[in-house]
Amino acid sequence: MSGHSEFQPTSAPAKWLERRLPILSLLHGAAVAFPTPKNLNYWWTFGGILMFCLGVQILTGIILAMHFTPHVDMAFSSVEHIMRDVNYGWLIRYIHSNGASMFFIAVYIHMFRGLYYGSYKEPRELIWILGVVIYLLMMAAAFFGYVIVWGQMSFWGATVITNLFGAIPVVGDGLLSLLWGGFSVDNPTLNRFFSLHYLVPFLIAGLVILHIWALHVPGNNNPLGIDVKGPQDTVTFHPYYTVKDTFAVVMFMLFFAFFVFYMPNALGDPDNYIEANRLSTPAHIVPEWYLLPYYAILRSIPDKLFGVGAMGLAIVTLFLIPWLDTSRVRSARFRPLYKQFFWLFVIDAVVLGYIGAKPPEGMYLIIGRLATAYYFFHFYIILPVLGLVETPKPLPESISKSVLDKSAAGKPA
Amino acid sequence: MTASHAEEPTRRDFLYIATGAMGAVGAGALAWPFIDQLNPDTSVKALASIEVDISSVAEGAAITVTWRGKPVFIRHRTAEEIAAAEAVDLKELRDPQMDKDRVQKPEWLIMVGVCTHLGCVPLGQKGEYGGWFCPCHGSQYDTSGRIRKGPAPQNLAIPDYVFVTDNRVKIG
Repeated sequence: MSGHSEFQPTSAPAKWLERRLPILSLLHGAAVAFPTPKNLNYWWTFGGILMFCLGVQILTGIILAMHFTPHVDMAFSSVEHIMRDVNYGWLIRYIHSNGASMFFIAVYIHMFRGLYYGSYKEPRELIWILGVVIYLLMMAAAFFGYVIVWGQMSFWGATVITNLFGAIPVVGDGLLSLLWGGFSVDNPTLNRFFSLHYLVPFLIAGLVILHIWALHVPGNNNPLGIDVKGPQDTVTFHPYYTVKDTFAVVMFMLFFAFFVFYMPNALGDPDNYIEANRLSTPAHIVPEWYLLPYYAILRSIPDKLFGVGAMGLAIVTLFLIPWLDTSRVRSARFRPLYKQFFWLFVIDAVVLGYIGAKPPEGMYLIIGRLATAYYFFHFYIILPVLGLVETPKPLPESISKSVLDKSAAGKPA
Repeated sequence: MTASHAEEPTRRDFLYIATGAMGAVGAGALAWPFIDQLNPDTSVKALASIEVDISSVAEGAAITVTWRGKPVFIRHRTAEEIAAAEAVDLKELRDPQMDKDRVQKPEWLIMVGVCTHLGCVPLGQKGEYGGWFCPCHGSQYDTSGRIRKGPAPQNLAIPDYVFVTDNRVKIG
């Protein structure tokens, strides 16, 4: 990590360690002395909140795996065993199941923050790409986790999602039996999904390290989107942002705890409390809320193969954003047009999520198609064109000057 | 490789390429067991065919059996259903197929009960065509299990089966 720290260990054990493995100075440089723009707002605390979420999921997940049985005949009842018999099992499972939703709430805010303030732009493209990879792995982990509890929605969700791969010409059928380890979603599928569900969070942890490493090369973007020009523009990460992040995490924990203790099943589907039955399909199959926009895109195309293709493209598009956006001004604060299109896109994403939960017929189908078209229109037409036609507002001279001007005008810095 | 462009390849170049090629072949060969273990194993394949006694299925009734983890519908069709299925003009069909090509004995319709759209299980004797209706996305099948309406692209699949005796059928 960058920021050659001036760290000098004082105690004898620290000196001993430092000479053999300079990990203390590495951590000091990355999380204590790291120079951070002094104007970061609360939208910047979601990185820390996401690390908290990952930690919670790994900790609760390791515990749940001690009590869970990955077998078609026992998986569902072992989850009920956790809920009823295991000491505090209900609490740990509710933290884990709601934790998945909290993780996605935080990651969506984190991503929209990046879109608003242009955090994906030169020189931070790779940070964004690593982030999208993490997001993909999160979706995989969430899907695997949802399947292994072996409720009705688990089984039929797994059937529908794996069948999407069957739409691929020529290799589709072979790929399906390779995914399933059989002729349908069955015990081998459950076993491998459990194995992968345990693996993926650690892959995410590794990618988080790369994400932060890449972040610490140019340093944080900031709400003004202009570069740090010198020490007057920054403060040290500790104590300024360790305290701010901790406060934000505590606030987030309150929100999290509200769901865990007062409405633990609000974000889930009641059908998943019925054990998987391969002979009876629930009337209305929907994925968990955080995947609904993609499901809406999938279903808005009447052709099976092109539906799957459009959904894949919707995700691949995220990787291309650094190059689709042609404007060199990062922050939407100085992009009067982009700011409006940003909010239109937020609305579009919410509409897609709403449509994804509804049956694909009548008005829902029409709105779903329009919203799908707008999703691609935003990225492939608006973003490139806007950079060429928009006149940005004048950028401030420096972070420090902007902060001082604001406080001189009597507003909080 | 600065000034050596014009020179003959050396013995060392040859060894590099040969070693690299051997390594790639070895890695590829070793990768196969790690991929193939994902495919259906012998215990799964051992259950790949089943025998069903159909003597108790009265005319107009149907049973559902599980074959390879999927439901299979075995329907003892009535004379009216057979007549309705045979009377359909092939031009009306999305996935044109004659009724006689879908059955071995007209009174026994045996097919995989998995909707060809996204894998849901259709409900029997429902829908506009008196056949099957999928509750997920509204596909409708006729009394021969052919797709008539809705998003599914194909007719309900016919598994391989043989009548071992008049009353026993072997599926798979």
